[in-house]
Amino acid sequence: MIGTERQQATGHDYAWPEEGISRIPYWVYTDSHVYELEQKRIFQGPTWNYVGLEAEIPNPGDFKCTFVGDCPVVITRSKSGTLNAFVNKCAHRGATVCRTRYGNATDFQCIYHQWRYDLAGQLLSVPFRRGVVDNGTRVGGMPDDFQPAEHNLQALKVEAVNGAVFASFDLAMPPFREYLGELMTHYFERVFDGRPLRMLGRVSQKIAGNWKLMVENIKDPYHASLLHVFLVSFGLFRADQKSKVEMDETGRHAVLVSRKGEQKASDATKDMANFRADYKLFDPSLLAGRKEFKDENTVVMQTIFPGLIVQQQTNTLAMRQILPKGPDAFDLVWDFFGYADDDDAMTQIRLKQANLMGPSGLVSVDDTEVLELCQKGFREHPDQSAVVELGGRDCRNENHMVTETAIRGLYKFYREIMQF
Amino acid sequence: MGATAVRDAAAIKTEAQDLIDAYVQCLDDDRIEEWPGFFTDNAVYKIVARDNVERDLPIATMSCGSKGMMQDRVVAIRNATMFSPRYLRHLVSNLRLLGQEGDAYLLQANFAVFQTLLDEESKVFMVGKYRGRLVLTDDGPKFQELLAIYDSLQIPGLLVIPI
Repeated sequence: MIGTERQQATGHDYAWPEEGISRIPYWVYTDSHVYELEQKRIFQGPTWNYVGLEAEIPNPGDFKCTFVGDCPVVITRSKSGTLNAFVNKCAHRGATVCRTRYGNATDFQCIYHQWRYDLAGQLLSVPFRRGVVDNGTRVGGMPDDFQPAEHNLQALKVEAVNGAVFASFDLAMPPFREYLGELMTHYFERVFDGRPLRMLGRVSQKIAGNWKLMVENIKDPYHASLLHVFLVSFGLFRADQKSKVEMDETGRHAVLVSRKGEQKASDATKDMANFRADYKLFDPSLLAGRKEFKDENTVVMQTIFPGLIVQQQTNTLAMRQILPKGPDAFDLVWDFFGYADDDDAMTQIRLKQANLMGPSGLVSVDDTEVLELCQKGFREHPDQSAVVELGGRDCRNENHMVTETAIRGLYKFYREIMQF
Repeated sequence: MGATAVRDAAAIKTEAQDLIDAYVQCLDDDRIEEWPGFFTDNAVYKIVARDNVERDLPIATMSCGSKGMMQDRVVAIRNATMFSPRYLRHLVSNLRLLGQEGDAYLLQANFAVFQTLLDEESKVFMVGKYRGRLVLTDDGPKFQELLAIYDSLQIPGLLVIPI
């Protein structure tokens, strides 16, 4: 069922296609009211949203501005070392309070009327609260029953998980690991194993597509074997390699897991027009990685609902934060990191392999292009649907990558949380 | 500073201006195969967000630590990455020589790059500054290092052609 709010606001009565989760109607990517409902029911609802790495704000008073969905938030470290998150919007007139991206502060003051908040967003002081004295009489000011405690910046629940920081508008959210489930926690802790992290830097791009396209892209191992010349030719991720697609019980989180193969033709490469057996690098050091995880997997790409991708491709590690900016655009923020105990050679390997990823990534450039092509295709035809039947019409974990099962898993959950 | 030194600085500045003018024209004219030829063999080329430079974080948006990596970028642009056709147009201004370290001359210049996608109007794509090390070789002046440091953290869409 489509929520009645939607029907009232848009006058449309879009229905989910009868085929169920093997179809995705294009209106979920184009409709502005669907977008607003997503902000409310997903990003400001019962979800954990990635907001940064602890390594970015190591000291008391450190802060960082970011977003949960499209809502601006600030994360801070208090004097006692605990983490806070609050909406970056003055409780008085709604002005942006914190105006720099990063820094260290003892408190935050709105420049408009100088309302001042502490590191947890609690209102400390309001100028002229008691008015001014005129001819011996106190005039103006806030009413006597004005309660500063009722005008704090809106707080979010925060949890740090082995160095990664998540926030939720839902103050009753269960712990992050419970939200992930056992299997997804296993994969998450494979990278976030408790070792201190080192932030290597941030790059960001604005992509002219709906935010869900980016999530689906990392739940879609089908395209990786076909679109990406780099992955296919160098055996970094390919349909004929040992791989897995797994989800949590709800279908909302998933991992694509694979092992590097050889640059050689096989039965499967016949279907891969982009396989180039003779492709050689002038500087092969780009792909000279180092084994660093206990298992034999060389790629684990995890999607954590709603908008986070945990990237481990050989030695390049990144959190990709998907920030929706209206139905047809999102910012993709890449936080590249390593471990604090990496030797210098390892850091250089990570920095070099970052060439595969990001706005200029030898692999990810292709994704940006196709996401924008998809959005162009949706625009005029909201009533049409995408077909996602590879590997069946249901959703279950698979030991191969010739499947769209994790996309179906996403929409199984999406329909529940959106009440579609 | 003697008259000779002054004349030398002016001559180097002319060399630098010619080099950077030819460099951006090569990119704007889509003669990308010639792009690595503007560098010495062991040169470093990077496109870096100003945000990371100011926070002293090492990640680059694009980085080539050798001429081979630059050649690999050229091959990838032509044969191994998927992106829609586009024109780039660089405007370079305020070239300055900042000093000398060994045999390298340190230079800086501002740049603005406009991008034109098919059927769309031209838009500002990237604004920032170059920081470079120029050396005089038997084969003419070359970049031993060139950093393109861009001001806005947001890149519109994808960045595939060097700046």
